[in-house]
Amino acid sequence: MDRALASFIRALRSAGAEVSTGEAIDAARTVAIIGYADRAALKASLGLVLAKSVAEKVIHDQVFDRFFSKPSASEATADDDETLRISDDAEVSNDASDDPQFGTLLSMIADANGGRGDAVDRLTAVIAQAAAATGVDDIRFASQIPYYVRQTMERMGIQPMEARLRDLLLAPSAKTAQEAYDLAAARDALQRHVRALVDQRFELFGRPATETFLADVAVNRQLGRMSSSDLERMTAAVKRMARRLAVKHARRRRVATRGKLDLRRTLRANAGHDGVPFDLVFKYKRRDKPRIVAICDVSASVSAQAHFLLLFLYALRGAVTDLATFAFSNSLHDIGAPLDTLPFDDAMAFVLTEYGSGSTDYGQAFADLAERHWDLIDRRTTVLILGDGRSNDNDPRLDLFRDMSDRAKRVVWLCPEPPARWGTGDSCMHLYRTFATHVSHCTSAAEIELAIDDALQAYA
Amino acid sequence: MQKPTTPFSDTTPLGSIDDITAALETVGYISTRPISTALYLAHHLRKPVLIEGPAGVGKTDLAISAAKALQFALLRLQCYEGLDDGKALYEWKYGKQLLYTQILKDKIGHLVADADTLDQAMGKLRGFQDLFFSREFLEARPLLQAMEQHGGSVLLIDEVDKSDEAFEALLLEVLADYQVTVPEIGTIAADVPPLVILTSNNTRELGDALKRRCLHLHIGFPDAALENRVVRARVPGISDALLGQLVAFVQALRHENIRKPPSIAEAVDWARTLILMHASVLDEAMVRDTLNVLLKRQSDIIAVQDRLPDLVRAARDAPARTH
Repeated sequence: MDRALASFIRALRSAGAEVSTGEAIDAARTVAIIGYADRAALKASLGLVLAKSVAEKVIHDQVFDRFFSKPSASEATADDDETLRISDDAEVSNDASDDPQFGTLLSMIADANGGRGDAVDRLTAVIAQAAAATGVDDIRFASQIPYYVRQTMERMGIQPMEARLRDLLLAPSAKTAQEAYDLAAARDALQRHVRALVDQRFELFGRPATETFLADVAVNRQLGRMSSSDLERMTAAVKRMARRLAVKHARRRRVATRGKLDLRRTLRANAGHDGVPFDLVFKYKRRDKPRIVAICDVSASVSAQAHFLLLFLYALRGAVTDLATFAFSNSLHDIGAPLDTLPFDDAMAFVLTEYGSGSTDYGQAFADLAERHWDLIDRRTTVLILGDGRSNDNDPRLDLFRDMSDRAKRVVWLCPEPPARWGTGDSCMHLYRTFATHVSHCTSAAEIELAIDDALQAYA
Repeated sequence: MQKPTTPFSDTTPLGSIDDITAALETVGYISTRPISTALYLAHHLRKPVLIEGPAGVGKTDLAISAAKALQFALLRLQCYEGLDDGKALYEWKYGKQLLYTQILKDKIGHLVADADTLDQAMGKLRGFQDLFFSREFLEARPLLQAMEQHGGSVLLIDEVDKSDEAFEALLLEVLADYQVTVPEIGTIAADVPPLVILTSNNTRELGDALKRRCLHLHIGFPDAALENRVVRARVPGISDALLGQLVAFVQALRHENIRKPPSIAEAVDWARTLILMHASVLDEAMVRDTLNVLLKRQSDIIAVQDRLPDLVRAARDAPARTH
């Protein structure tokens, strides 16, 4: 596989498209058939081979355009296709690095500055070659850009030129003033070109990697301590996590229990064979569809966690079609309608301002649930409760909670407080935990994912 | 990397991407570059094409048109929940086997009559046991049929998302090597690999393994110019003025807040409807009467009622602006 393609696939991977080795091989075969000459055909073909969903196609098209475009330092004029020849032309630069004089480099820069398209291409090719040798594709952070620029320039043999420039500047004379000026200008021009290329490499390889890294950090950070930039990153990360969960749990609705013959259906299926059982029909177990009732405490102390739990659940609607969501601080409200109709952030803001004030009363919330929505809870329902269990010394209505626990398939409680504080002060967690199927201490998005995965697993 | 050899001479339309586009156009399918590229690569890389996209944009039609344009046999496998290998691959003709055993009973009796012991009789029968498990008693289903087409074939596996994932796993095996193994007979390999087209409406996420093995083609709603050509190809009798207005209207309608936007199939149906009603230009009353051809949900029809005058006016102005 040629270097350009391998590097392109790496760029795709760091941008978040999952490209397998098999697909990389397909891509190489595709390039062998289509060739690099027809840019549109190449783009369409690689899109077919490498991107396997609409989202991946968007990523692919973006990365393709960015990757196979010329890093423009001075708004170069030549056709885009020319960059594709980098790998072919690159040999010309082999001797540039050990050029004791800097004449070649200087004339190359001068030619490129002259604005001739092919001269610019030649310079770009030499820069790309030198940059690749410094390992610029491993760039991760924006702060590394100057380092790679410098490394690339040194590899191209800038040092003798700078030494000469230094000598000229230390001993200024009227005779050499023009040469010093030219050298400085050439150096700046080269730096601009190199910088443009390194910038492009950073956009391709560095930025996506940085984003992934930051998202990973955010996913494990305590939900209560999010900065606003984290929140944005998290929203994307949570959607990804939810999609993963949805794919994992959307499959297998039916399990055959091999070995248990369904006699009635076997006889009926074989009526045509005079009752001789050629086709055997086995019994199977139909899996329940996940049905989730989420009850969120949205008072100020746990609102951040509630935000992400709901974000998760709503991103999961592919897998969980049967979802009811309630919010309370004292009386219980169905928040399905705002979440369905408004954009998520607006809906959450609405929920928090409408229902988030007021003193917390878990007992009241369970009483409301029992009164109005008890029919939602049956043996197929998983009840997800998010809250700290601090009920302001009101009656926790354990009788209702136990009743609910008896009716439901599972009751999972996600508590943002550590177990050591359960039961201290007005916390009723130690009472509720007796009747909950599972209580987990949930502080980060990663933990919420685990808890939901666990809840859905119960339907597998 | 060398080019894979192809069993076809260069005279078939599969020789270049443009030839495919041209060949499809002769059978009335207006192809786009990605679509033609997909067919071209499918043939040269010997890979199945998985087509996703909304209903009615011509996914199934592509397979049918490709078969027609390439003059290949079309084998269609409609997927549904519970589809199994007996319906997709092959099945033994039990009834026929049973019947033949009955008819041949006397012959067999005669054959083993002179055997003294049971062992001897078994020995004699053993020589014939493959008789009932031969190709003659094998009922080939679409997947096997496609392997047995010598002149090349298009295998359409329609709505693969409706099948169970057990069937998906079965497909992996068949599509990887283009061969079917029947334990009693042996392996039946395709001498000309079929052009395989899978379609999915995305009612469920397909398995990664299947997706990774296919070329993935997404056909979305067309832009105005393409839709113009498609409707023109399908409804040749339509006047230029009406066509322009119709396409502008449908394009605008897709941007309205509706659950199920009209796709090309609906646009074509609507064009036929308007011709039947002798319309020469769009007018609001007629659009209102025929809207149920375009929109298949009552809630959508109600939702756009108020917007109709604006949409119709905009559509009538649109062609004037482009000319």
